[in-house]
Amino acid sequence: MLKINNLHAGVEGKEILKGIGIEVNAGEIHAIMGPNGSGKSTLSSVIAGKEEFEVTEGNIVFEGEDLDELSPEERAHKGIFLSFQYPVEIPGVSVTNFMKTAINETRKAQGLEEMPASEMLKKIREKSELLEIDRKFLSRSLNEGFSGGEKKRNEIFQMAMLEPRLAILDETDSGLDIDALRIVANGVNRLRSKDNAVVLITHYQRLLDYIIPDFVHVLLDGKIVKSGGAELAHELEEKGYDWIKQEKVSN
Amino acid sequence: MELKDKLVSSFFAYEGNGLDVHSPIHDICSDAIKKFDKKGFPTKKEEAWKYTSLNAVLKQNYNLYPKGDTGLEFKDVMRYFIHEIDSYKIAFVDGRYSSNLSATSHDGLDVCLMSSALSKPKYRIIIENYFNKVANTEDSLTALNTAFLKEGAFINIPKGKVVDKPIQILHFSTGKEPALMLQPRNLIVVGENAHVQIIERHQSLTDNPVLTNSVTEIFANKQAIVDYYKIQNDKQSASLIDNTYISQKRNSHAFVHTFSLGGNLTRNNLNFYHKDEHLDSTLKGITIIGDKQHVDHHTLVNHAYPNCESHQDYKGIFGDRSTGVFNGKVIVEKEAQKTNAFQQNNNILLDDKATINTKPQLEIFADDVKCSHGCTVGQLDEDALFYLRSRGIPAKEAKALLMYAFANNVLESVKIPEVKARINKLIAKKLGVNLGFEL
Repeated sequence: MLKINNLHAGVEGKEILKGIGIEVNAGEIHAIMGPNGSGKSTLSSVIAGKEEFEVTEGNIVFEGEDLDELSPEERAHKGIFLSFQYPVEIPGVSVTNFMKTAINETRKAQGLEEMPASEMLKKIREKSELLEIDRKFLSRSLNEGFSGGEKKRNEIFQMAMLEPRLAILDETDSGLDIDALRIVANGVNRLRSKDNAVVLITHYQRLLDYIIPDFVHVLLDGKIVKSGGAELAHELEEKGYDWIKQEKVSN
Repeated sequence: MELKDKLVSSFFAYEGNGLDVHSPIHDICSDAIKKFDKKGFPTKKEEAWKYTSLNAVLKQNYNLYPKGDTGLEFKDVMRYFIHEIDSYKIAFVDGRYSSNLSATSHDGLDVCLMSSALSKPKYRIIIENYFNKVANTEDSLTALNTAFLKEGAFINIPKGKVVDKPIQILHFSTGKEPALMLQPRNLIVVGENAHVQIIERHQSLTDNPVLTNSVTEIFANKQAIVDYYKIQNDKQSASLIDNTYISQKRNSHAFVHTFSLGGNLTRNNLNFYHKDEHLDSTLKGITIIGDKQHVDHHTLVNHAYPNCESHQDYKGIFGDRSTGVFNGKVIVEKEAQKTNAFQQNNNILLDDKATINTKPQLEIFADDVKCSHGCTVGQLDEDALFYLRSRGIPAKEAKALLMYAFANNVLESVKIPEVKARINKLIAKKLGVNLGFEL
């Protein structure tokens, strides 16, 4: 589904990603872990198409297509979703209206008719129940005055509504209390299928107790330095990132 | 002949036309033309006109006295009214009152014409007490308007009257003249404890040049509430100089919202004068323009008494080569202790060639006051734009959503839902988007 080949990328001439290679197949959950400043958020932004970053070498292939020339919205239309670490507040635009716009713009791009209002409402009801979101919440302005937890839950609600093929969750666990973490993780697990894939980007192992990854990759200074199964996350939790750094040096 | 000379000579040629030469109003008009003759049109040499040049606008050969009935029907211009609601209407076509477009009243209030207020004895006292009493007689454009006093809206709300529906004032120009200058003069007197909502619009129906130099005087007596909306979305060929003067008495509340979305050159001179304590003034505006459009907001709030408040919030979005000016003057006189005066002006420039000149001008002579001001000039937030686009919303629509979000808190305070919906629609149209829901 997603193939990242020797990806080098940076901003204003400063290289942040220094040759990343990952392959994600449908049905899989990958976790990318790393300390602050290792390039985790840059990687997610580059996959989603943030224009401020420049790819200098390598490429990202999604469903057999090189993403290089595609705008963020075109990537979204192809089924890539990025859950933001810091979702932006949009006063005056309700969560519901925002979702309608996002879904219908995506459908338009895919050559489909607008979603009928009744179907939209049904879907909104269904997905908001899944994430235990109050109906009143949906008529509030997008992210405006939302708590950290509400913002994150709202991100996963958007993901549930948009039903992406590839979801990248950037630090979705940060700022969540244990109940919110459980709800968010439950939402992600329920949305899992053999046709879609999830990439979790996280600093801590905490989220991975709830969403069990098939693969764990460790990102250090713009490179994947170690890959393994779910047990690698536990090892990191125990020993910290220094252990990998030392291993890297001695190698 | 230059426009100034044409105006002055035609004043003397038509002097006394329709007005009793012995009336005190006639003296006011004569004094006014002298003042205009002496001062002329403002130039960029004057501080208040530094960023707005009238030169190009004044070059047209305007007809000052259009004639004849234009036969304009309601269905032709219905879309310029907020037609979804029941309202009183005072409509003018090429400067003349149009009875078939209007719905006036003398039933418990007066929603009628300046010309009838000037000619009927029963309004004499109101005219004597209020006409030209808050307008700045030293201002040359105001003086010019006064000199050519002929027609406009006259609204008189008696004490205690809560007006049951909004009043709409519309000025149409039909393009029957190759170029037309209009000078409507409105007088609005709101009695003690009375409430009124007014919507005003100037609309040209063709691409022939129109210059409107409008003066509106508003008096909010004790405890009165005045809620005024100016919708400025005229054609590229139409220019507007809008001079509004508001005098407020004790415990009154006055709100003016100005939505500037079109036109060639628009200059808003919005002036508030406090005549007693415990009152508040609210001035809000949204400006969204492009092409070579120019919108200039010059506001003045004169705090002359203690314990009053003023709130100003203007948002501007400028694209292409458009230019904007915001000059917010707040005077807090020595006696005006415990004044709260707030002013905010935020701007987004969409293009390198667009400009905004923004200047807060605070003159504070009292020592126990709370005054704040802030102005910002920036671009659309790239991170926010990326967020929306990553959800599948195309760049153009995403930008529109952000601009809407930027202007939203001004829109929120519009109290007539149908006006709010209309402004929403006009903004969406201006931004060239259809988002599938009403913004």
